[in-house]
Amino acid sequence: MTFDLTSEQQLIQATAREFAETQIRPIAAEIDRDSRFPHETVKRMGELGLMGMVIPERWGGSGAGAQAYVVALEEIARVCASHAVVMSVNNSLYGDPIARFGTDAQRERFLTPVASGHAHGCFALTEPQAGSDATNQATLAVRDGDHYVLNGCKRFVTTGREASFALVFCQTDRAKGHRGITAFVVEKGTRGFTVGKTEDKLGIRASDTAELLFDDCRVPVQSRIGDEGQGFKIAMTAIDGGRVGIAAQAIGIATGAYERSVAYARERRAFGVIIGEHQMVQWMLADMAVAIDGARLLTRKAAALKDAGRPYRTAAAMAKLFAAETAMKVTTDAIQVHGGYGFIKEYEVERAFRDAKITQLYEGTSQIQKLVVARHLLRGDHDGV
Amino acid sequence: MPNAFWCIVEDDRNGSPKKVMAEVIGEAARLAPGRVEAVWLTDKASEAGLKQLGEWGASRVLLLENAAFAPYRSEVWTAAAADLAARESPAAILAPVTSRQREFVARLAARLGVGLAADSVRFAMEGDKLVATRPVYAGKLLSKVTWAKSPWVATLRPNVFRPAEAQPGKTAAVERPSLSAPGAQMKFVERREEVSTGLPELTEAETVISGGRGMKGPENYVILEELGRVIGAAVGASRAAVDAGWRPHRFQIGQTGRTISPKLYLGFGVSGAIQHLAGMRTSKVIVAVNKDPEAPIFKIADFGIVADLFEVVPELTKEFKKLLEK
Amino acid sequence: MKILVTIKQVPDTATQVKIAADGKSIDTAGITWIVSPYDEFAVEEALRIKEKRGQGEVVAVSLGPDRVKEALRSCLAMGCDRAIHLNDAAWSAADTLATAKALAAVVKQEAPQLVLCGRQAIDDDMGAVTAQLAELLGWPCAYWIMEETIDTDGKAVRAARQVEGGLEVFDLPLPAVLAAQKGLNEPRYPTLKGIMGAKKKEIRDVKAADLGIAAEPSQLSVVGLEALPPRPPGRIIQGDVPTAVKELVRALREDAKAI
Repeated sequence: MTFDLTSEQQLIQATAREFAETQIRPIAAEIDRDSRFPHETVKRMGELGLMGMVIPERWGGSGAGAQAYVVALEEIARVCASHAVVMSVNNSLYGDPIARFGTDAQRERFLTPVASGHAHGCFALTEPQAGSDATNQATLAVRDGDHYVLNGCKRFVTTGREASFALVFCQTDRAKGHRGITAFVVEKGTRGFTVGKTEDKLGIRASDTAELLFDDCRVPVQSRIGDEGQGFKIAMTAIDGGRVGIAAQAIGIATGAYERSVAYARERRAFGVIIGEHQMVQWMLADMAVAIDGARLLTRKAAALKDAGRPYRTAAAMAKLFAAETAMKVTTDAIQVHGGYGFIKEYEVERAFRDAKITQLYEGTSQIQKLVVARHLLRGDHDGV
Repeated sequence: MPNAFWCIVEDDRNGSPKKVMAEVIGEAARLAPGRVEAVWLTDKASEAGLKQLGEWGASRVLLLENAAFAPYRSEVWTAAAADLAARESPAAILAPVTSRQREFVARLAARLGVGLAADSVRFAMEGDKLVATRPVYAGKLLSKVTWAKSPWVATLRPNVFRPAEAQPGKTAAVERPSLSAPGAQMKFVERREEVSTGLPELTEAETVISGGRGMKGPENYVILEELGRVIGAAVGASRAAVDAGWRPHRFQIGQTGRTISPKLYLGFGVSGAIQHLAGMRTSKVIVAVNKDPEAPIFKIADFGIVADLFEVVPELTKEFKKLLEK
Repeated sequence: MKILVTIKQVPDTATQVKIAADGKSIDTAGITWIVSPYDEFAVEEALRIKEKRGQGEVVAVSLGPDRVKEALRSCLAMGCDRAIHLNDAAWSAADTLATAKALAAVVKQEAPQLVLCGRQAIDDDMGAVTAQLAELLGWPCAYWIMEETIDTDGKAVRAARQVEGGLEVFDLPLPAVLAAQKGLNEPRYPTLKGIMGAKKKEIRDVKAADLGIAAEPSQLSVVGLEALPPRPPGRIIQGDVPTAVKELVRALREDAKAI
């Protein structure tokens, strides 16, 4: 067993870091303040290949794999969590399920532009009444000849406003419950498909979170991903990958805040010494480092299982749970290390603190992760833990 | 004369040696009293320039005057200087760091099959050998180097070595060695002059003002230029400011820009990233003005003011004006 | 057109460097290595020439120990077609001239029409290899170039070099050697496809004997490394701006004698 990244992964890490430091860092605070979607830098991330890391080259991706993906995503999140979530959605929630469940014709049409960074995809599962309880879908798709007619509303869709393609989950057979859910790709511009309000958020403010509205929206049968009734499985498979990505995002957020805290502890003086000399500060820094490393190891393990084609649902839930809790704790303590300065926007731990919160909420709250882990453990199925 | 210390003349392209030559000649005279010779490749040397070399302390000037030497081309200069070196057997060949000397002297060393110590900041004779000290690793360490055989070829960082004081009336014997007609593969097309700021050249200036990210935008450099005009300083910038497109690259001080070593360095809104320090840490007196008391530049500054540069600069310009009017 | 680019792997500027036990070299433990920034300008320019001409080959060459493969791989990821690694203990104390000799031998084998180098490597800042390589090859050379254009026949290059006070433009017949200055271009990031594709590209190991080079002692040798003498502690001048500025001017004039 080794903890070394391959030379390709190291190069990808170095490239992602360099890109984040030189291209994203200078605008990160401003786009957060203005809630501005960073089109230019996101486009450049696409050109680099960061939007199709888990997608094979044949479909416009770079085929770098899950491990390289979490490594790169962490580097982006270390500087800006908003850029990271856009990357995570394109890769895990949109690209991966289409690569896995789509036909070649669908991959060509819906996947290649996203994986190669020319367009964005989004993942529309959550509804006003169906958050953690995702089985409770109210959006309907009714077959009408060679079309389906969609009606309903999706909420909290990351990149919903900017995306050209939406992977939408609808009920095609209400009687079958979650076995009656079906997935469709709906293209922007399709009649009856509109973007509703964009949310004003606590964190990841430069990413857009929008409402998608479907009003007698006719979608051709060729846009159905998988079979009727396969939608829930597709959604859960996507979310497994997504959780590994969000774990990496959380670690990136935590790492950025941790590094700032260490630097501050080396410089700031109180009671005649640098504050890093004070045991209370050392204590917090040590806790941060241990938690971050633990979260990173869990995440890399989940990614390794995914790359090996082995089951990783529990590992993903564990990684996401621990990383999200770590991000929240580390960013809270980072402000504590900074004292009053940490509360001010000029010192970037304030942004990290706000960004950390979402990692405990989306793609399954921390409570849902515990449910997933516990259910699988009780079943004796724990991904080699 | 065998065993001489050659000083390769850097001129102003108008027939006069640059004043940095006083430093090269001064150092050569310290290392090899009475054995200092100036070697000047030029299309046209002025009488005043030749006189100047003598007053600084060169006992002999070897003048290689030919239209082919301007503009400078390493292939042409190397052929001529190597021929002369073969005849003269100098002990050392020293030149100031300038864009062309950096190339020429390196090429000459290769032709002569000897070592080169570029950008040296200190020399000492240890026994009968020259040892040079030069900054390495972004100026974080000093490397002492020596040569397997002479001539010892080196370039000298400007503003570091004590210049020779001109001794009026002292003259050098001027010789014009015969030359084989230099051939050239490179053809000169044109020279494009930079828009002059009217301020001294960065690497040569005794006082340098530098503006960093704290300048907030390209339009604000006028306040530094105004200060520069009052105290006769060059105005440079940090990499952050250059990469932001506020100043052209030729004004960049630091690792991927110019290395400077002025008597006085004044940094405004410069944080003091390692890349920047690499290019200015051998400055004699360092002044830093920054709003952020934690800015790393304060760690190497002799004098610091923690304040808004936009308040400090006009005040400083006013104070210097008052002082100079006295 | 075949272009050879010379690169050097150097410690990242931000890395702390410590003197090794021998007192002559640095302790390489824990160092982050990068391709020297000026060399990236050279790689970028070579790739742009190839792309503009629509054909050609870009070969990256570096001298150094095993770790240098990482630097070469990142050049391959940027888009170089293959790499040559001069990897031989005989070169472990190579000075600029010994390095230039090894590179010249590679150039003779490879016979490129153009050699691009960085202005200087940011570890020892000697800035000599380009000129020395040109000398050993007998090729024309332009230093600190800010722009270049190759003529359509591929017979000559027009290069603008940075000198004090301006740019000087020359025509150089090919083959020639150019040293890249910052400002020549903006180096690309390696794309992920490039990185993934790099592992299929060749990095050829070359020993001194393969080039017919006999070991010879370096002409310049390092006697020792020393830490910088510490600067005397500085002084933060307190008070409101007008008071502090007055005090600064006084101190510069009377204490430091800097004006």
